Amino acid sequence: MASPAYELTHLEALEAEAVHIFREVAATFERPVLLFSGGKDSMVMLHVAAKAFWPSPPPFPVMHVDTGHNFDEVVEFRDRTVDRYGLRLVVSSVQDDIDAGRVVEDPKAGRNRLQTAALLRGIREHAFDAVFGGARRDEEKARAKERVFSFRDEFGQWDPRNQRPELWDLYNGRHRKGEHIRVFPLSNWTELDIWQYVEAENVDLPSIYYSHRRPVVQRDGMLLAHTRFLTLNEGESPYEATVRFRTVGDATCTGCVESTATSPGEVVAEVAVSRLTERGATRADDRISEAGMEDRKKEGYF
Amino acid sequence: MSASLVRLATAGSVDDGKSTLIGRLLFDSKTVFTDQLEAIERAGRDRGEAYPNLALLTDGLRAEREQGITIDVAHRYFATPRRKFIIADTPGHVQYTRNMVTGASTADLALILIDARKGVLEQSRRHAFLASLLGIPHLVLCVNKMDLVGWSQQRFEEIREEFRRFAMKLQVHDLTFVPMSALHGDNVVHRGASMPWYEGTSLLHHLEQVHVASDRNLIDARFPVQYVIREHSRDFRGYAGTVAGGVFKPGDEVAVLPSGFTTTVRAIWGPGGTTVTEAFASQAVTIELEDDLDLGRGDLICRPGNRPHTSRDVDAMVCWFSEQGALKPGSTYVVRHTTRETKAEIRELDYRLDVTTLHRDETAESLSLNEIGRIRLRARQPLLFDSYRRNRSTGGFLLVDEHSGATVAAGMITGPSVTASNVVWHTAAVSRTERATRGLTVWLTGLSASGKSSVAVELERRLVASGRPAYLLDGDNLRHGLNGNLGFSPADRAENVRRVAEVAKLFADAGVVSVVSLISPYRADRELARAAHEAAGLPFLEVFVDTPLEVCEDRDPKGMYAKARAGEISGFTGVDAPYEQPKSPDLVLRPENGDPAAMAALILAALE
Repeated sequence: MASPAYELTHLEALEAEAVHIFREVAATFERPVLLFSGGKDSMVMLHVAAKAFWPSPPPFPVMHVDTGHNFDEVVEFRDRTVDRYGLRLVVSSVQDDIDAGRVVEDPKAGRNRLQTAALLRGIREHAFDAVFGGARRDEEKARAKERVFSFRDEFGQWDPRNQRPELWDLYNGRHRKGEHIRVFPLSNWTELDIWQYVEAENVDLPSIYYSHRRPVVQRDGMLLAHTRFLTLNEGESPYEATVRFRTVGDATCTGCVESTATSPGEVVAEVAVSRLTERGATRADDRISEAGMEDRKKEGYF
Repeated sequence: MSASLVRLATAGSVDDGKSTLIGRLLFDSKTVFTDQLEAIERAGRDRGEAYPNLALLTDGLRAEREQGITIDVAHRYFATPRRKFIIADTPGHVQYTRNMVTGASTADLALILIDARKGVLEQSRRHAFLASLLGIPHLVLCVNKMDLVGWSQQRFEEIREEFRRFAMKLQVHDLTFVPMSALHGDNVVHRGASMPWYEGTSLLHHLEQVHVASDRNLIDARFPVQYVIREHSRDFRGYAGTVAGGVFKPGDEVAVLPSGFTTTVRAIWGPGGTTVTEAFASQAVTIELEDDLDLGRGDLICRPGNRPHTSRDVDAMVCWFSEQGALKPGSTYVVRHTTRETKAEIRELDYRLDVTTLHRDETAESLSLNEIGRIRLRARQPLLFDSYRRNRSTGGFLLVDEHSGATVAAGMITGPSVTASNVVWHTAAVSRTERATRGLTVWLTGLSASGKSSVAVELERRLVASGRPAYLLDGDNLRHGLNGNLGFSPADRAENVRRVAEVAKLFADAGVVSVVSLISPYRADRELARAAHEAAGLPFLEVFVDTPLEVCEDRDPKGMYAKARAGEISGFTGVDAPYEQPKSPDLVLRPENGDPAAMAALILAALE
């Protein structure tokens, strides 16, 4: 509740900003879509979107860019959630691109890099003109410069040197046919904000975000889940550990951390004292180079 | 945890140690994570630097790391138990003025860095001016690198006095000075022992304490409709948007602009359908109204007695963003203002402002990238606005290039233009005596249902029948077109009368008898109408249709009195709004004068 001083708490302020952004897109675009992976950021985004249009359902479908290397718990959660919110789900699959020879898979690397092609294809096939993503500016250095409304040319490319100035709460979504706007309603949220919101709002998340027992493998200083997608290297032997995941992505390169946190509150307590950002600890592919994310964004990735 | 959210903007260049300061805030408030530090240390070692370069925390893009400058607004986040902070970190060089303007637009507080060795530079003045232009309520001068001037109190005070003298020219309400060393950390997060003469607090302590809650406008209720939410199964129609000023409560009487209709707030819903008893500035809500008024995006809900300006002609300060071309009078752009989008022509460039000396160059003919100046623009549809000083939400706008889609300028409205004084009157080649007929204006004023319109209709009929061109200007009819954007507040009624008077004057000038039928309840407004005619040398006949209120109420042909008595409409003349009788009308008509035809005859007689 707001105090008599007419002040919002930081979570209320962040939510109000995101609600404003959702409504702005709904009012000014013809074919928006919300990217939904079943991960915590996309789930918070969906939760806020549902609140923004109450009592109506959100006036747009959701799209999952499917690496084919999903945790079973996450796919099950995705389908359950889409049903619960009464949404239309569009799936754009990396496997289709591999089968059609449009992209070539490097068995040594994860499939996260291959998502770019599937994402752009999905946008093109459905003629989406606004694409909501759950990216946050605190995640990494290139994203710190990202706008809320981010213009992408017909090849989905991001030009960091030529971004539109963004002032007040006025967002410029002008684009021509074939171009689109990426929209980031959670731009100003931090990981801690996300977890506090999950706790405050009882946002439903896939079970792997909370502590559970599973077989894991040590690799490159990370803990990886031992799933059917993971090919063991020489000398690796899986063992049981009590872990939780901080992001959900390609199961072959998304690391987990040892944790006993079984509720959002316990996760918040862990995050608040954490000395590691979530990407560095758990995403093998972001370690490629200091400018890795910047290069991927230019190609059209988030 | 219910911390509040505070938005900061930083301005200053790499040379002042700005990135180091932000790095220090993040580092000392324990929000720099180990892996980011490792990456910085690696990058630093590769460049052969001795100590971790905190600036690398904030300069993200490769081009910036290569050139060692900050080329775009970067957002940083840190938190203390009391507050969460969003930093918009903007480059300080003059060629990036647009980035500072962008980063500063929503800031509660601006941090301006000064190198203690160099003192107040052009750049410092420019940053302070931009902060004041963007209406940032609080300014903190970080006098950095005090370690390089021997922690000198005298040097700090020189800088403080010099800056204060300059700041007196600006509208800055809260100015704070902190001597510090970002490199060593003194006075950033902790006080440090190096400057015992300094009696203030550390920067972070100040950021945690500064009072920002009262900076928003909580006086003028403003709600631009952003999106309409319909749910047919529940017969729900809600107007979604973000409160741009003031406070709204269920039961409040409100006016809807531009139509001017008044109604009542039935309910207010927060996101997800929470019940809201008071919706205040910055909240995103959905408002339900009692009456079915069919509002849409771009309309604005306010209180009947407190409306924003409605005008197509606006004066504004603008900062020009485009590298592709300059702002020149005569060009047309798309205007984004609140939730309204329309096109506007730049009518005039009043002056270009030198942001360092505040000198106004009135000979300037264009504005180039990063230049700031004052313009007048004329929008195709009226804008509903307040001055930017009064309300950043309803006073700010963007100009967008129609073809490229680029955002080419940000504007801060100073007020409605008074354009007439600058427009030169073109004398026609035809004089009034050369026209076929002589025109004049007959102005019928009186209560609703007093019989004005019936008399006016009859008068027009008779004039035309006798071969004299006449034309009826009926107040109700004009509200469908010319005055369709006006309501019934005293201000809108004044504008209504002004417009009708101007149109009547044109008809009269063209040789037509204008027959005006308008309640026009305020004496002063009617006097202005008469004065306008007299100034133009045209006859003006004020006819007071003096029918007693009770007679009008008995007639009540449109059922308006009944509605007003029932409280369904407000501001109704004779019921809850005043009617000021003319003091010296040219003619008074009363019910005993007979029917409309007889009264029209009396007017005709008066015209002979």
